[in-house]
Amino acid sequence: MTEQKIKFWIDEVQVEVERGTTVLEAARRVGIYIPTLCYLEGKNKLGACRICLVEIEPTGKLAASCILPASDGLKVRTNTEKVRKTRKFNLELLLSDHEVECPTCLRNDNCELRDLAEKMGIRDIRFEGRKNSHSVDDSTPSIMRDPDKCILCRRCVSVCHDIQSVKAIVPAGRGFDTIIEPAYYNKLSDSPCVLCGQCAVVCPTGAITEREYIDEVWDAIYDENKHVVVQTAPAVRVALSEAFGQKPGTIVTGKMVAALKKIGFDKVFDTNFTADLTIMEEGTELIERIQNGGTLPLFTSCSPGWIKFIEHYYPEYLDNLSTCKSPQQMFGAIAKTYYAEMNDIPREDMVVVSIMPCTAKKFEVSRPEMNYDVDYALTTRELGRMIKQAGFDIMDLEEEEYDKLLGVSSGAADIFGSTGGVMEAALRTAYEIITGEELENLDFNQVRGITGIKEAEVTINDLKLRVAVTNTLGNARELLERIKQGTEYHFVEFMACPGGCIGGGGQPLPATAENIEKRMKAIYEIDKGKKLRKSHENPYIKKIYDEYLEKPGSHRAHELLHTEYTPRGV
Amino acid sequence: MYSNEIIFDFDVENLTPVLKKKRQGNESINEAIARELDVILTKYKGQGDSLLEVLHQVQQLIGFIPRPVQMKIARELDVAPGEVTSVISFYAHFTEKPKGKYQIALCKGTACYVKGSADIIKRIEKEYGIKPGESTDDGLFSLEVVRCLGCCGLSPAMTVNGEAHGLLNPEKAINILEKCKNRGM
Repeated sequence: MTEQKIKFWIDEVQVEVERGTTVLEAARRVGIYIPTLCYLEGKNKLGACRICLVEIEPTGKLAASCILPASDGLKVRTNTEKVRKTRKFNLELLLSDHEVECPTCLRNDNCELRDLAEKMGIRDIRFEGRKNSHSVDDSTPSIMRDPDKCILCRRCVSVCHDIQSVKAIVPAGRGFDTIIEPAYYNKLSDSPCVLCGQCAVVCPTGAITEREYIDEVWDAIYDENKHVVVQTAPAVRVALSEAFGQKPGTIVTGKMVAALKKIGFDKVFDTNFTADLTIMEEGTELIERIQNGGTLPLFTSCSPGWIKFIEHYYPEYLDNLSTCKSPQQMFGAIAKTYYAEMNDIPREDMVVVSIMPCTAKKFEVSRPEMNYDVDYALTTRELGRMIKQAGFDIMDLEEEEYDKLLGVSSGAADIFGSTGGVMEAALRTAYEIITGEELENLDFNQVRGITGIKEAEVTINDLKLRVAVTNTLGNARELLERIKQGTEYHFVEFMACPGGCIGGGGQPLPATAENIEKRMKAIYEIDKGKKLRKSHENPYIKKIYDEYLEKPGSHRAHELLHTEYTPRGV
Repeated sequence: MYSNEIIFDFDVENLTPVLKKKRQGNESINEAIARELDVILTKYKGQGDSLLEVLHQVQQLIGFIPRPVQMKIARELDVAPGEVTSVISFYAHFTEKPKGKYQIALCKGTACYVKGSADIIKRIEKEYGIKPGESTDDGLFSLEVVRCLGCCGLSPAMTVNGEAHGLLNPEKAINILEKCKNRGM
């Protein structure tokens, strides 16, 4: 018997789908538009908002298409008077308890609620009544919660629970009084939220957003006594253009550098430089731990969402974490010592800004043990806004190059922005350092791709190096449980967000799986196009060790580039 | 970050009639709570799916489910503390604060509503300074609004500790409650 297909009709178009397909999914496949709000492909399927209603014939019953399974002979209509009026009515009801402050809202230019209101032609909100009134939660340096803008779609809850397994925010209360909040805890900063920002990525309104530091950065730039340097993370250059309406995966490295110079930063450097430095330090740490019987597996430490996660939920594994600071913090430490000293700039006059795909980086900046080496971390989205505030479109600019010294990097550093990238970069360097031979094929395809958990075995001389790579914290949890059960690895790469930093909480919206894959492709394209593809061959890395740090793992390197972790509890 | 120990910042002695009976020897009420709680939580250890059942048993045992107890439940059942709080906040049956010695359930179902139960609620609110879902500071009364007690013929109706009173008006309702008050704690 062949697989049973279901035949049914949407607007008189006959559709054939597999059993279990919803009407919405089927409609999308044949190009019939049904508006949605709470629905989020692969993540949130609740039938909560009632925007995706369709009419079932001949009864005239309305049903939410996102949870309506296709069945044989079913006939639905997506565009009847009843459907359109009811959808509009429902949206008006949602809007009646939404804090409408569009012109000053951070999501002004890409709000799904606003977008829908326009698509449905809402010109008046007829309902006036009780409105929820809650205070804004600005307790963390990363995330802002404004429950009055929340429409209770629960996308954030789904992501926080099902994808990240963090479960920091939940619906509390019932009916009209429901609020999405870090229940049990008073505010987000008291909760075990890891500040990954995935909730802000999926929020259709301005209810959960990044915390902006744009004005502070403008102030620093305009202050003539300050020397303001900026660093850009690898994942930013393949996503920033999306904020200007370009296709995902468009590479704008040179244009971004030009924009930053035009904005007025004194020097434009690259976090990629310290990504190369990270490989030197972390690679050395890995080799040492293997040779001297240190704690294994070694866990990567670049992703601040992951770091906060392990501090909260798996403090027993803190010794497994690499002591290396993240590239962002290594950059800050080097900029405020090596670079400042070379250029005779007093530390207090230095301002270090970072452009990150990440909201958790804002928290990392504020960790006391990081010595406030980085002053402000802006997300990719914030940089997009800053460029718009400056009054130009990034696509109009001529490409420029990073400033020398802390601006030169290898392709190994570029791929840090993708899941598997840190692993691949480390393998390239570890192989050559251990064997003393040149690596023939630089592409470690086993660790590439969006798969949640990847494993590989790499032979280096007589060492069979067992490695694993994971993205999203739900997968991180699963992998940690496997390790607990006795699965042995030497080296494991963890990244908190889907696809790694390219799918980070600070990246342009929307962050669909498709967009993330395009950004990933772009990152490997950059790597492929570079002559320099191994961290240890970066001439400026050699220079900084010769002039300042001596050698990887040296006393000074430890002082500047390494850190410690704190168990945080739940 | 949060202590595992269960500390109440009020006297629970009179608030937990079920526990009073279960006390063993000279143990304090807090010790009794901890012991009985352990019995429940050991049975359901690691079973997050049984959260609702556990909450029912704990609500019945202590009469309310305060935050420290919620944390303990979360740990033992292996769910997030927020999930416990979330479920408690959803169902009116579960409370974080102790209910009063006299638990008033006032009906606001259709029949009772039409016959003026809203006025009775207002009067109780004014007289004792509590809103639906709250308890008086002395722990004597708690007020809950319910949808249909199933005795519409007696509307407007209320129950006090499960005992039904019907054909009320604000005066009658207050008289009944004043009698309870005179009986005291």
